[in-house]
Amino acid sequence: MTDTLPPRSTVLVNGRREEVRTEPDTALLYVLRNHLGLKGTRFGCGLGSCGSCFVLLDGEPAYSCDTPMWAVADREVTTVEGLGTPERPHPVARAIVDGQAAQCGYCISGIVIAAAALLADNDDPTEADVRAALDRNLCRCGAHNRIVRAVLAAAAEARAK
Amino acid sequence: MTIHDVERDLPLSLQANPRLADWLSILPSGVVEVRSGKVELGQGVLTALAQIAAEELDVDVARIRMTAAATGTSPDEGYTAGSLSIQHSGAALRQVSAEAREIYLSVAAAYWQVSVDSLVVDDGMIAAPDGRTTTYWDLADDLLLDRPVTGETEPKPTSSYHVVGASVPRIDLPDKLASRPRYAHDLAFAGKLFGRIVRPPSRGARLLDVDTEPTRALAGVTAVVRDGNFLGVVAEREEVALAAADRLRADATWHQHPTLPDEDDLAGFLTSAPAETSILAEVHADGVPGSAVNSYESSYHRPYLAHAAMGPSSATALASNADGVRLDVWTHSQGVYRLRRELARALELTKEQITVRHVEGSGCYGHNGADDVALDAALLALAVPGQPVQVVWSRPDELGWAPYGPAAVVRIAADVDADGGVLSWRHEIWGNGHATRPGFTRAVGLLAATERDGGEEIEAAGEPSLAHGGGAGRNSVPGYAFPAYRVVNNRLTVMPLRTSALRSLGGFVNVFAIESFMDELATAAGRDPVEYRLAHLSDPRGRAVIEAVVRKSGWAKWSAADSVGHGIGYARYKNSSAYCAVVAEVEAIDEVRVRRLTIAVDAGLIINPDGAENQIEGGAIQATSWACKERVRFNDLTVTSDTWESYSILRFSEVPTVDVELLPGDGNPPLGVGEAAQGPTGAAIGNAICDALGVRVRTMPFTREQIVTAMPD
Repeated sequence: MTDTLPPRSTVLVNGRREEVRTEPDTALLYVLRNHLGLKGTRFGCGLGSCGSCFVLLDGEPAYSCDTPMWAVADREVTTVEGLGTPERPHPVARAIVDGQAAQCGYCISGIVIAAAALLADNDDPTEADVRAALDRNLCRCGAHNRIVRAVLAAAAEARAK
Repeated sequence: MTIHDVERDLPLSLQANPRLADWLSILPSGVVEVRSGKVELGQGVLTALAQIAAEELDVDVARIRMTAAATGTSPDEGYTAGSLSIQHSGAALRQVSAEAREIYLSVAAAYWQVSVDSLVVDDGMIAAPDGRTTTYWDLADDLLLDRPVTGETEPKPTSSYHVVGASVPRIDLPDKLASRPRYAHDLAFAGKLFGRIVRPPSRGARLLDVDTEPTRALAGVTAVVRDGNFLGVVAEREEVALAAADRLRADATWHQHPTLPDEDDLAGFLTSAPAETSILAEVHADGVPGSAVNSYESSYHRPYLAHAAMGPSSATALASNADGVRLDVWTHSQGVYRLRRELARALELTKEQITVRHVEGSGCYGHNGADDVALDAALLALAVPGQPVQVVWSRPDELGWAPYGPAAVVRIAADVDADGGVLSWRHEIWGNGHATRPGFTRAVGLLAATERDGGEEIEAAGEPSLAHGGGAGRNSVPGYAFPAYRVVNNRLTVMPLRTSALRSLGGFVNVFAIESFMDELATAAGRDPVEYRLAHLSDPRGRAVIEAVVRKSGWAKWSAADSVGHGIGYARYKNSSAYCAVVAEVEAIDEVRVRRLTIAVDAGLIINPDGAENQIEGGAIQATSWACKERVRFNDLTVTSDTWESYSILRFSEVPTVDVELLPGDGNPPLGVGEAAQGPTGAAIGNAICDALGVRVRTMPFTREQIVTAMPD
């Protein structure tokens, strides 16, 4: 064991430039959860295959569990916390609560990220569009259909405004 | 009513934990604190229990604060399992809340010198006929509930319910959606350290040698723990713990030897392995048996299934040596008291030295790694007293080392009369048991305990009695009115892969087998599967769910099309719980695609209809995934399906439309809903595939490969 401090790196998260001390190959996920206390992004597999850890990288969903810090130095990271606040949740998050579209809820923040990216590109998706957009997100409890309805409801509400 | 009668009538959980104050506190702040021994597994049970308490107390459900179960402060209600939480904890809270209400009203009535019956309560405000008012909160006094339950207060009649039976939104979801830390993985402690376990490379591998120096030399590594074959690291940062575990793994040398059966002939292994044979149920025909015209026999097989929760198992432990050893553990176990006893056994501590607290985890579908990870964390924490250590399992460990739902073979044979009616029925099961939870085994039932120096293997699971729901035998007794039947279980006494409780236990394969065979018999007799079932079913509630699902699915109006089929499955869960019938519609062109599931359920009184529908739909979708895709893969050394690529589950684009109809409770008591749909769903899909392709697939999962294998030569 040595007392050498880990190197500094910076990352732009939810509009704020943050400085953390960690190795450049540390996965973004651990920086978000432990260094920055943003617990909404979740560890599911560490292998980029379940979507629990999704964040937006320059607006596109990305697996934070296998994205190293060196790869995000000059990119914009948005976590689920950055999409809304408890008082003013993202329309998808609100629609999921309104539709009780979850069971354990563990996969949900990754799904909100994927759905938010879809709605940013397509404000009038079909059900098949939503299912395709969420196909990289796994859910084990079987809340899929409720989630799809919630995303469609959020899209409809956004269009009505 | 004598005391003896009262005791007999009290819910079991109350007989074990009779003190009212153990369950409920009324606080001056206007909050009702409820302590259930049952835990939130993602099924929404805390919300349903809050509704029951709010209903009896006449308070707004928003005033109820559900406290997470913890040893020392919560009633001991055993495990949260078997879809029994409403029957156990709900029944207890109903009685406790009714008595608490009566006690508080008695205080007000005595003060005002009026009768209790003349008082009314509205959201905790107590009003006398003359207009005087007070509240529970004004009267709040812990001493009032410091007394045993009497069983003498009659809870409300169900006909007057307005909170129970309403679709109250889940109380835990807003936190989870707002990313407020609520999961075991999110626990924040000052000075928290991060632990990782290096599990053996294969089953039964022995650690010959490990050089821990390179790992210890990594900056930020706090400790390396080795105890026999148990290896773990503790580090200041999670990324360091991950790197240290990789380093340690690379520096370990193991002796490996093959212990697992041939996966390609799993059914052959199951039917020939050493087993203990017992007759689970037997009924002989009354009078002269009818004369059999035909006899049929078929065998069915399911593979091992993984729990495969989205969040791997996680626990945090804190050991202190200040005044003798003390251990605090936070985990998503289904039974905090049972886990505490097992940790005490494993660590040679008294249970008074240990506190186990429940923290919500990812979805829990049975005995997963939540208890195992608690011992992992405890062993690491004991190496760094005074500092909390959090362990999170890796995805490969979660899929590779948590207990599995057991593989099984079921063979059914029947003699039928000239119309195809069943005269006698034989059901025989081969497989491992479903009960290796901590406390159910002679050896300590925790993974790390088997790995430590001198650790003992967990022995093959036993078989709970059918009166307790059975394990492998769950739903093996036919629910149809057959004149004679015999049910035999061959419980394997060897356990190559650790098996334990996974949602619906043996019910999944038994109902698959029974309901497939019913279709086979109906086909042989040239009869419609629905008519054939109803002809054998006398239970009116069972008939009602079948009739309801037939109506709702448009069974009679079905028009046949190429490669598209429909099929039905029915069961009463555990032969004593909720009734469920499912119609599946599948398309089988290249792969099986389940397009629609129509489900009818009679679960008696429904506490929260939206929550019940969510549970039934979720159970059906999970069962669709099991039936169509899932199979634990292994070679002779170890499990190889340890990623989402090698253990794939149903995805959004593959999920069927699901329609659920809840039948009216009709004054019947509440029955659990979490496990009712699995068996009927798997069976209905199998029957629909046969309808679509004319091929009877008796081996799960229903992959293209199994369908090709099942095709007649």
